[in-house]
Amino acid sequence: MGKTLAEKILSSKSRNDARAGDIVIADVDLIFVQDTTGPLAIRQFKELGFQSLAKPRRTIIFLDHAAPSPGQQLSNDHILLRRFAQEYGCHIYEVGEGICHQLVAEDFANPGEIILGADSHTVTNGALAAFATGMGSSDIAVALALGKTWFRVPESFLILLHGTFPRGVFAKDLILHLIGEIGAEGANYKALEFAGEGLSQITMSDRLTIANMVVEAGAKVGLFPSDDITRDFLRQQGRARSYQPLFPDKEANYERIISVDLGQLKPMLSLPHAVDNTVAVSEVKGVKVQQIFIGTCTNGRLEDLAVAASILKGRKKKPGVRLLIAPASRQVLSQALQQGYIKVLVEAGATILPPGCAACLGLHQGVLGDGELCLSTANRNFKGRMGNPRGMIYLASPATAAASAIAGEITDPRDFM
Amino acid sequence: MTKLTIKGRAIKLGDDISTDDIIPGRFAHLRSNLPELAQHVLEDAVPGFTAKVKSLLQEGGNKAILVAGRNFGLGSSREHAPLVIKMSGISAIVAQSVARIFFRNAINQGLPVLLCDTSDIGDGDLLEVNLGDGTVANLTSNLRLHCNRLPPIVSAILEEGGLVSYIRKHKGFVLD
Repeated sequence: MGKTLAEKILSSKSRNDARAGDIVIADVDLIFVQDTTGPLAIRQFKELGFQSLAKPRRTIIFLDHAAPSPGQQLSNDHILLRRFAQEYGCHIYEVGEGICHQLVAEDFANPGEIILGADSHTVTNGALAAFATGMGSSDIAVALALGKTWFRVPESFLILLHGTFPRGVFAKDLILHLIGEIGAEGANYKALEFAGEGLSQITMSDRLTIANMVVEAGAKVGLFPSDDITRDFLRQQGRARSYQPLFPDKEANYERIISVDLGQLKPMLSLPHAVDNTVAVSEVKGVKVQQIFIGTCTNGRLEDLAVAASILKGRKKKPGVRLLIAPASRQVLSQALQQGYIKVLVEAGATILPPGCAACLGLHQGVLGDGELCLSTANRNFKGRMGNPRGMIYLASPATAAASAIAGEITDPRDFM
Repeated sequence: MTKLTIKGRAIKLGDDISTDDIIPGRFAHLRSNLPELAQHVLEDAVPGFTAKVKSLLQEGGNKAILVAGRNFGLGSSREHAPLVIKMSGISAIVAQSVARIFFRNAINQGLPVLLCDTSDIGDGDLLEVNLGDGTVANLTSNLRLHCNRLPPIVSAILEEGGLVSYIRKHKGFVLD
């Protein structure tokens, strides 16, 4: 019997014949925390009584969620994390370097690895065929100490992609469509595995967007195969030697198969307060927005800023609308400067925020006021997510966000393309 | 050690209670001040939640049990969510279904989570949760609910009162 990607990686890392439903203990290749989950993980690590990290060179602390810090308590949490990094000899990415998941993709993730992060969007790096999944602080503390964790091997859904995206439709629209189809818990405990000839059109930037949001359907991991696109990305990031092809077996067993014709997709949007509350943008055209936020681990990459810049070039945002843009990393910001995207965005009226999580989770840099509506390229629109339970969050692609910034209301990006 | 049976009053919640409902990001500055953070648990979703738990605990010897609908705890990996639920005085969670990361986090904090059909449990019902045989007896309606069995490793972590105690005892993970 053949194996899925999830079964293959977990078999290799547990040195067992891992099959869906089994419980295995597996080696972890990379472990990270961020500034809102790290302090608890560190306190638990110390409580465990271990003296050293199992893998200091593959342990990373990211200061990205509250960056730069908006208040004294979070500043003190940053001090705690910096001291830990110094004392135990792990990596630390300072304020302004970018979002943990983007930096893991740029600098660390490799096909076939197991990656654990104290953040639910750790799934992002399934784009590189890594079994990347989020856990809480206790599990991370134990992985820091032991370099291992336990897993229930997930059953997998196969997502078969055909065709190419039509004009105005992007990876974000695909994953919103899928989450709408599967439901917010339809893939709870499952792996989603992406395949089909359509994959050859799905760039690494797109794969990161798609894998990032599988957790919004409940999934434990979202895996892409390791193919030519993976090889080219690793080469471009200076990790050519980490490439290995990785595909599921042809006879692998899938619990469910979902086929998507990319050519039939439309610009999509999630309505408040649930990610699976999806509709076509055309159905809610004209709803007034007060804030537009382009960025996050979902859609803060160079290709996202390029699309936004192409729509906003020579145009202005609607007066009174706040257009906030946060590149996902220093590399993204630097390349966007070189390409001239930042100039276009600033001239269109955008406020450029430092690389990091920015307005996504309600800590700072764009907290909503009572009754305000934000169109965001992030991954969550739960009540209270952007710092105010009386705020409303709509989720969409950077193209839809840019078009809506011009009109000051929800707008189909094809109107400006 | 976690007690095998927990008798308490139900506090009933609806479906899709996210970690942003349980402990919103706007309180992230309190994550190193857990007693203060726990004052805000579920305050947007259930106004007066902490006071309600407190008043239930004051009536004769019973515990408080959180009863939820589908997909409880969806969203973030913040372990502060089950941690502050436990700190508020909740002794167990009974839900229709629970999001994956929240489930693991609750167990790791020694907070029992049982999955069963909660639709007929009413707010204030007197429940007896039995972790040994995986049942929930509703003493108010005289109904007995059967829950999903927990894998042995999950039961073992729960028995030790959480993952940190489990690892301190075993120095690693033990599979049968």
